[in-house]
Amino acid sequence: MTTVLGIPIQVLFGQLLLGLINGAFYAVLSLGLALIFGLLNIINFAHGALYMMGAFAAWLLLSHAGIGYWGALVLAPLLVAGIGIAVERTMLSRLYKLDHLYSLLLTFGLALIAEGVFRQLYGISGLPYEIPASLRGGWNLGFMFLPVYRGWVVMASLILCLGTWIAIEKTRLGALLRAATENPPLVQAFGVNVPRLVTATYGFGVAVAALAGVLAAPIYSVNPLMGSNLIITVFAVVVIGGMGSILGSIVTGFLLGLVEGLTKVFFPQGAATVVFVVMAIVLLVKPAGLFGRSN
Amino acid sequence: MLKRLFIAAAAVALSAGAAYAQPYSDGKVKIGVLTDLSGFYSDLSGKGSVEAAKMAVEDFGGKVNGIPIEVVAADHQNKPDIASAIARKWYDAEGVDAIVGLVNSGAGLAVRQVSREKGKIDINSGAGSTALTNAQCSRTGFHWAYDVYALAVGTGNAVVKEGGDTWYFLTADYAFGHDLEKQTAKVVIADGGKVLGEVAHPQNSSDFSSYLLQAQASKAKIIGLANAGGDTINAIKQAKEFGITQGGQKLAGLLVFISDVHALGLDTAQGMLLTTSYYWNRDEASRAFAKRFAARMGGRMPTMVQAGVYSSVLHYLKAVKAAKTDEGIKVADEMRAMPVHDFFAENGTVRPDGLMVHDMYLAEVKSPAESKGPWDYYKILRTIPGDQAFMPLADSTCPLVKK
Repeated sequence: MTTVLGIPIQVLFGQLLLGLINGAFYAVLSLGLALIFGLLNIINFAHGALYMMGAFAAWLLLSHAGIGYWGALVLAPLLVAGIGIAVERTMLSRLYKLDHLYSLLLTFGLALIAEGVFRQLYGISGLPYEIPASLRGGWNLGFMFLPVYRGWVVMASLILCLGTWIAIEKTRLGALLRAATENPPLVQAFGVNVPRLVTATYGFGVAVAALAGVLAAPIYSVNPLMGSNLIITVFAVVVIGGMGSILGSIVTGFLLGLVEGLTKVFFPQGAATVVFVVMAIVLLVKPAGLFGRSN
Repeated sequence: MLKRLFIAAAAVALSAGAAYAQPYSDGKVKIGVLTDLSGFYSDLSGKGSVEAAKMAVEDFGGKVNGIPIEVVAADHQNKPDIASAIARKWYDAEGVDAIVGLVNSGAGLAVRQVSREKGKIDINSGAGSTALTNAQCSRTGFHWAYDVYALAVGTGNAVVKEGGDTWYFLTADYAFGHDLEKQTAKVVIADGGKVLGEVAHPQNSSDFSSYLLQAQASKAKIIGLANAGGDTINAIKQAKEFGITQGGQKLAGLLVFISDVHALGLDTAQGMLLTTSYYWNRDEASRAFAKRFAARMGGRMPTMVQAGVYSSVLHYLKAVKAAKTDEGIKVADEMRAMPVHDFFAENGTVRPDGLMVHDMYLAEVKSPAESKGPWDYYKILRTIPGDQAFMPLADSTCPLVKK
């Protein structure tokens, strides 16, 4: 059997593929964060909590309304985005003129409250959410068994990431958005309702986080802390990719998934820290991040 | 005027003298429940442990020898430094006489050091590490509900006897995980089995697919999960997803609480073997406690940790009553002298090393069809008598054990 550094090549392939799957979650979550930071200049610490609420929304829809996975995939992001928009209108919008730290503190506080409420209501061990019948089973790839559901997660994430990137970078709406963040009074003078545009962007970023939550629900247990476990890593991804760079966060998300996957084989104890080691190195060599522009 | 002043002075002198000779510090018996109230172990311990301690105090009558009993609680957040800081504050400034609960071995061992130094009682019902009754044992320290040795003997023996003789471990990378792996490996090897490898994962990992694939590649018949709580839940869930259990390899959850089974659902957890010191639906007495507990906890049934907290608090209060003081060493001696007899431990004894020896149970998780209602999750396969379940006293490295 061919081996690389004492690891059979089959095992290595398997780990790389798994890294890609985890990277998909990092990419989708950091995409939403980068979007909100890049266009709104808000450091959205509530992102992990919103991801968690997406998963809970899917569970609640199933257990209380009998709405299954596919319905939840559409409804849960809409519900959570509704909450996000309400928060943006009533609280966040008042902080745009202040330092970043204020929005960071506000969203961090909101995240703690949301987690506390769900912990109080549903406990910490999590709730079971089954994989939808149409996505059960798996393919034997020779070197590993790939569950259909994980394949679907990678595909859905890629489509979502590319779609968002095209929408922001290549369409008229995206151009308007970018212009509105650069120079709001001018864009407003052209008859564009800038505050509404900003609200919609925040709502979209939140919906993406909630969608990731729904995708995660069948894999991880739906529990109140699922977001806070992930959010720190995702922030590191955004920093490595370059704050606010959408393409950067997507590519870095997948890349770090791979790095983490390899660490799990060669030095499993370090799997939780490797992302931060990478972050430290990148910040030393390229302080603006891999895809960031220093200004 | 002078006379009144004299009387007042006499009264002050008298009360000061009384305080000096008082057998109960601060005029009350204060029990601190120190546990994880917000993190990963808060379902298996948490509020439920606090409630169990309060129930024990109420069942005891709220007073011991006419002295009021008070229960306080705090969250150690699974951090040893926070745990020992709270223990210090409780003992030094707030008159706490005994600390109970103490899930998480890191936190439990940190509190053990403070308690030994202060001559105060600590009764651990949540952590698994055998160090508590070996190198880190203390005259005022006790280990109540279970330890990793008992889990290893119960599940390890049963699994090897059913033909699961090659093992691969997924081990949580901290004191408890390594201890559990070591003890289980010993049992497996003693029974003629083999350990093919292990992988240490960081605590609170959400993704186990990578580790599971490494376990799969080892071709071991049994994948031993030397972890707890959310880690165990995620590992079992993802093993099903990656077709590992369907592929013929079996999982052995070495520490599985009923709250974990509840979170997994019977569909995923069915058929799993586990060792427990308490199951609510085992007999009349265990059911009676569980129903009272559930009524106060929104329908949740007690875990072995929560039931252990009740039993430990009750035993502590009995010892305070017999010792007629809340002074640590005297109460500890009474606790060792008295047998434990309640719904949790029918014929428990407290050994010199502080281990409460009681029967353990080997259980199998029911299939959804076998379960008759909410929380009806286990079939008890057999009772493991206390003297077989726990490490023999002769093997204890505790300096308090006379050899």
